[in-house]
Amino acid sequence: MSAPVVARRRRPRVGADVVAVLVAGLVAFPLYWMLLSALKPTTELMSGDALPYTLHPTLDAFTRVLSVENVGRYLLNSVLVAAVAVPGAMFCAFFAAVALTRYRFRLRTTLLVTVLVAQMVPVEALTIPLFFLFRSFGMVVPELGLNHLGSLVLVHICFSTPFAIWMLRGFVAAVPEEVEEAARLDGASGLRFVRSILFPLVAPGLVAVSIFGFISTWNDFLYPRTFIISAQENQTLPLAILNFFKPDQNDWGAIMAGSVIMTLPVLVFFVFVQRHLVSGLAGAVKG
Amino acid sequence: MTATHAALPGAGGATLPAPGGAPRPHPPLGRRGRRGTTWARRWEPRFYLIPAVVVLGGLLAYPLYQLVVVSLYDYRQANVSGSAPLRFIGLQNYARLLGDDAFWTVLGNTVVFAGACVVATLAVGGALALLATRLRPWSRTTLFLASLGAWATPAMTGSAVWLFLFDPTLGFVNQTLTAVGLEGFAGHSWTYDKWSAFALVGAEIVWCSFPFVMVTVYAGIIGVPTEIQEAARLDGASTWRIAVSIVAPILRPVLAIVTIQSIIWDFKVFTQIYVMTGGGGIAGQNLVLNVYSYQQAFAASQYGLGSAVGVITTLLLMVVTLAYLRALRRQGEEL
Repeated sequence: MSAPVVARRRRPRVGADVVAVLVAGLVAFPLYWMLLSALKPTTELMSGDALPYTLHPTLDAFTRVLSVENVGRYLLNSVLVAAVAVPGAMFCAFFAAVALTRYRFRLRTTLLVTVLVAQMVPVEALTIPLFFLFRSFGMVVPELGLNHLGSLVLVHICFSTPFAIWMLRGFVAAVPEEVEEAARLDGASGLRFVRSILFPLVAPGLVAVSIFGFISTWNDFLYPRTFIISAQENQTLPLAILNFFKPDQNDWGAIMAGSVIMTLPVLVFFVFVQRHLVSGLAGAVKG
Repeated sequence: MTATHAALPGAGGATLPAPGGAPRPHPPLGRRGRRGTTWARRWEPRFYLIPAVVVLGGLLAYPLYQLVVVSLYDYRQANVSGSAPLRFIGLQNYARLLGDDAFWTVLGNTVVFAGACVVATLAVGGALALLATRLRPWSRTTLFLASLGAWATPAMTGSAVWLFLFDPTLGFVNQTLTAVGLEGFAGHSWTYDKWSAFALVGAEIVWCSFPFVMVTVYAGIIGVPTEIQEAARLDGASTWRIAVSIVAPILRPVLAIVTIQSIIWDFKVFTQIYVMTGGGGIAGQNLVLNVYSYQQAFAASQYGLGSAVGVITTLLLMVVTLAYLRALRRQGEEL
């Protein structure tokens, strides 16, 4: 296939490649700086001459944040919230996607539009009512109330579901109708078909979609900031990093080490889902 | 025309795997005379929808309703603790906001700031997408990998590292500027001045949001059928003419989507402003709607007023969302 005319390169242009590499360097620089600063000894970091390299890389900042500053605990909290919220959202979204793509019923189109609109609701505006809602939950079941991780799990199940439904539709609909007919002829009930045949076939799609859920849950700063008021031990990673900002003197080594710990998993997952990133709506996970 | 659409991102474009396309609902088996399954076919979808409906109804629809309700009350700390009765005040919170210069300043900040971010993001992303079509594979991969890194960076850590780069004394930028002789930048604070602070936050936002625009527009350009362009070329059209009359119209839905999506994100930015300007800047000079709403509610305990701000934000975004839905429709996304 020849390249589109507009985009066609009549002869290789070294200039464009040079510009691209320079831009790539500029774009990657903040990430490089994050990693570099996390590895610099404190004396170099605070010396006031910001060298773009270090001759004495050290893991001091990492050991410091993990042991002294208890970042391990916050990391565990972040992992816990994501580990419960993402499968929860996938459960809701998978069955909803099955209902919305493999069946025809009244209100189907209305529900689909609702899902799309739900995905667009600015969840930032809902902090106030959700704060009160979880305050009430907490009076009944403390684990699901403010200051507990349960509240974060529940809101993230909710926030990840609409986008997941939207993404999963394609994967669910891609399973041929003949497969379903064959299963039904063999006597499989609807649920049996969904569980034993549809689910394994859609599993790769579920993995991709759940990564988006993971990223938005992992990155969330507003809700832990709002819900986890006094329970230090239930804070998540973004709050831990915020804690290193001090009015008098920011602990940049700790901030950068914490940032590396928080960024790394997302970076790895992004590489996995990069094929799906272009689906127009996929960007919705970045707030 | 269908072929064109199929090549665009969002409708199962070249970079997407097959299942990304617009799904078609399957006809019910019951209609083929298999009566035994008719009852099940009717009730199964409703059962499947229960978990999602419960979660979305309880934690999205109901809070949205509550947001409107709270905005109609004089709701403060005393009412939260129960020491004072709730007072219904109708639209007074809104009247107070609309009569308050501070609110209009925040609204103005939000619109100007979000607008500037959108324009800059589209300009950078679009330009790099065009550049990417003229690259050899290795340099294109380099550019895309670097962009993927920026894209993946969480708002929190992105804000942290940009703040560090621009730190008055220890930051790389001021160190470098001073080293090349610009002594005035020694200890210069980038967040002290209102617009300088906005520019810094905006730069971070453009940094982490241009990759989405770049990758989407790039996929769109690649998806424009070669045959049409070759035919136009044979008819004697210039490259410029082909770009304006053929590629641009085909790309329009893609451009509409990235534009609207950018507006939605940049309009509701919270983390970057909150972290980089320390909760809204000196004397609240860098407040945008979402941060303002948050501060009214959780710092000043004016929950009713904060909710009113939230309602206004949501309404403004809904208008943009409707435009988004229309753009999706035009692109051929099937419901």
